[in-house]
Parts: sequence; structure tokens; C-alpha cells
Amino acid sequence: MADLSGKTALVTGGSRGIGRAAALALGKAGAQVLVHYGRRRKEAEQVAEQIRASGGRADTVSADLALPDGPHDLAKEARVVVGGRLDILVANAGISRPATIEETTVTDFDELFAVNVRAPFFVVQQLLPILAEGSSIVFVSSLAAHAAVSNLSAYSATKGAIDTIVKHFAFALGRRGIRVNAVAPGIVRTDMSNFANTAEGRQFAIGVQALKRVAQPDDIGKVMAFLATEDARWITGDTIRVDGGSKL
Amino acid sequence: MSRKLEGKIALITGGSRGIGAAIAKRLAADGANVAITYSKGADAAASLVKEIERTGRRAIAIQADAANAAAVEAAVEKTVATLGRLDVLVNNAGTAIPKPFEEATLEEMDRVIAINVRGVFVATQAALKHMNSGGRVIMIGSAVGERVAAPGLVPYAGTNGAVKMFTQALAREIGFRGITVNNVQPGPIDTELNPAAGDWAVPQKAATALDRYGHVDEVAALVAFVAGPESSYITGANLTVDGGMNA
Repeated sequence: MADLSGKTALVTGGSRGIGRAAALALGKAGAQVLVHYGRRRKEAEQVAEQIRASGGRADTVSADLALPDGPHDLAKEARVVVGGRLDILVANAGISRPATIEETTVTDFDELFAVNVRAPFFVVQQLLPILAEGSSIVFVSSLAAHAAVSNLSAYSATKGAIDTIVKHFAFALGRRGIRVNAVAPGIVRTDMSNFANTAEGRQFAIGVQALKRVAQPDDIGKVMAFLATEDARWITGDTIRVDGGSKL
Repeated sequence: MSRKLEGKIALITGGSRGIGAAIAKRLAADGANVAITYSKGADAAASLVKEIERTGRRAIAIQADAANAAAVEAAVEKTVATLGRLDVLVNNAGTAIPKPFEEATLEEMDRVIAINVRGVFVATQAALKHMNSGGRVIMIGSAVGERVAAPGLVPYAGTNGAVKMFTQALAREIGFRGITVNNVQPGPIDTELNPAAGDWAVPQKAATALDRYGHVDEVAALVAFVAGPESSYITGANLTVDGGMNA
């Protein structure tokens, strides 16, 4: 399935978890992948190396997306690597701070919105000059944006904001031929989700899901890669739930 | 390179023309052997079968009005008897009778429900008897099931809302079997029922983010993805393919 050959892709937060799976899926489909990371340089390098080892092209780039000008720095760096054309942007980088309403601090709240909402908004804004006609932007929403799960109210609000941005960006950028969508994972086994790695978490997932297994990052990455292909060229403005049928 | 649907058997209701025909061709191109049902388009169905057979896949066409439960059940059984199994059911048959609500008749409403909802119930129940883990039930609903872009579509929009919840409830119930159930919701697609050229098309085109009508192949591409292995974790989802009309 090398239907993304000749395309350039940037995956934010691509060193592990769902971002890593997306980077590998895009690389496998033939795209040149730029793997962004915040702090996990070694893991990001390994992802890039894995893509190169299968005959693909990949590089890494670092930027702190919690900083106000992080997205601007990232866009500058990305342009150096991919040149004047970006076909695929997977705005995946995100943080989670499980906490009850009482436990949630203003600092946590602000950091969540900075990384999960402000950063992807401005990453897109700063990359618009090189996002080509026919390009695809994929954000990451969450089951938690649509339904109450665990102690994630502040995090979930950031994902609700992403769903709103998807619709507005899709319409605003549609005339330029840029598509904008999100995937909404449910409970996925990643480093970020401590919950999914506990027996309680697995039991909860199986309980709320139609499918009786817990998602691996690859389950989500494959759908992100599909959204970047020609086959998805009429899909824009949608948040696709990839949650095994959770809270239906 | 092995194709994604190699060895799979798919049944597409209302498959002789428009979106259904495009789905049949695409699933066959991805390696599936296909059965289609049709109500009146016997010639179109026969030529589609020949077209698919020329590509090396098997295809059969079965006359079955979606409103006729016995005929739909027989079509499912004939698919399994002829092609050996059933992996993918695409509930594509559908109808709309656009007119102001106050002029719509109860007979018209019954017809729309019979095809768009009752037909889905019958075909799906019959198909599930034969489906194994990895099976796919795919509804072709409508973007109108989420947002109503124009007047005159009350029965049609109502039935598409029903298909949405049917999808979610069935996905929940049969997920343990490893079968997914999803609803593909096309927006304005250039077909005989909704041609891209014409007065009716102007506001629909303007409502899309991509500023154009969709093509039947673009719906078929999403159906192929949902039918294939890469969508294995998606179930109970309403997947809109509308060029951003509902955004």
C-alpha cells in the first residue's frame, strides 16, 4: 500500500503511542515523515530509523509545544526539512492530567489547553503557507469529548475544542482544497494512558465497548493514514470515532 | 501484492447503479467477489456483472425489491449458496420522495420506511446468520441523518436518523462476535437521483467546504476502507463523506 509516495508528512508527538503509530503507518504507505518530539529524542530517532530501515524517508524535529511560540518554531524547522510543500499534518501531540474537579489546578488546566488546543491551532496557522492543495490535516479528539470517562474533565474539554476547530477549519480551508478531520480514540494502550494499562482500565474498556479487546496505537494510526490518502478526498469536517464502539 | 478484500464475499443491496454500483466495482477491485440486488434495473445489473467478471472476480445480480422481505432474505441465501459465504453486507438500497411535508402521503412515508429501515432490518438479520468474526455490516445512510440541508426531506431524514441509531444499537449488541456495524453518510453525490447539474444542486454545492459535488467513487472508497482490515477498531460510527457540508 504505497499510495502516499511523494507526499510529505509531519506528525507532532510522533515519538510514541498513537503519534508513533501514525508516523509508522504514513512511512509504510510511502510518505516522507517528519517526526516531531518534545523531549523524547531517542524514541523519536528510533521511529525515524524504523521508517528508514524499511526504505522510507524520515527525520526528526524538536519543539516545545507548551510554549506560546513553540508552534512557530516547529513550523520554521519543518519548512527547512520538507521544503515548500507539506501534504499531511497529523497534529497529535497532547498531554493528559487525570484529576477530579477538586484536584485540577489552574496550572494544569492552562497547560492542557496550551498543548492540546493552542498548539495545534497555531501549528496549522504557521504551516498554512506550505499546506498544499489536496493536503490533509488530522487532529486527535477523544471519546472523552463526547462522553464522561474517568477523571478527565479538563482534558476532555480540550478535545471538545478540537472537534469545534475541525468543523471551522474544514470550512475555512475547504476552498483551498485542504481537508481537516479528527479521529476520536477511546481507551488505548499507550504510555500516556496509565488507566488502560491497569486491570481496572481494561475491564472498564471492555465494559463500555462493543468490541471486546483494548485498542493498540496501531488501530488508531491506520485510520489516520487512511484520512491522508486519495481514498478520503471527499471526507472533511468529520471526527471519526475509533473506539471499538464505546458508549454507543 | 495481495488485495485487501481477497477471498471476501460482499453483498450490496441496490447495487445496479449510482453509489451501489460504484461500491460493487470498488469492492471487486479490492479483491472481493460480489453479489448485488436490484429492483428494476435488470439490464444495468447484468452489464455491471459482466464488467466485474471481466476483471477476474465473480459477480451475481439478484432481483429483490428492498421492500420485499422474502425476496431480500432469498437474496442473502442465494449469495451464500452461490459464492460460498458472506463477509460484508452493504445496505445501500434507499429511496427519497422529496416534496413539502404537508403534501407527503402516508403511502409515500410507508414506502420510504419500508426500503430505508425495514429493508435494512431484513437484510441485516438474514446476513448475520452467515457472518463470522471479521464480518462487516455497512449502512449507506445520509449526511441528512445529521443535518438537514434543504426542505422537502422529512421522511428521508427521519429514516436516516433511524439508520444511525439502528447502527449504534446493533454494533453494541454484536460487537462480541467481532463483527463491526457502521453507517456511511454521503452528502451531495452526483447521481441520477441528485444530479450535480441542475437548480437543486446549486445550494448543495455551495454548502460544501470543498465547493463541489462528490463522486460515487468517493463514497465507494470509504466503504472499501470500512470493509477492509484497517478499520477493524471502528464500530458503531457514523462516518460522514460530504465534502464538509455538515461541518
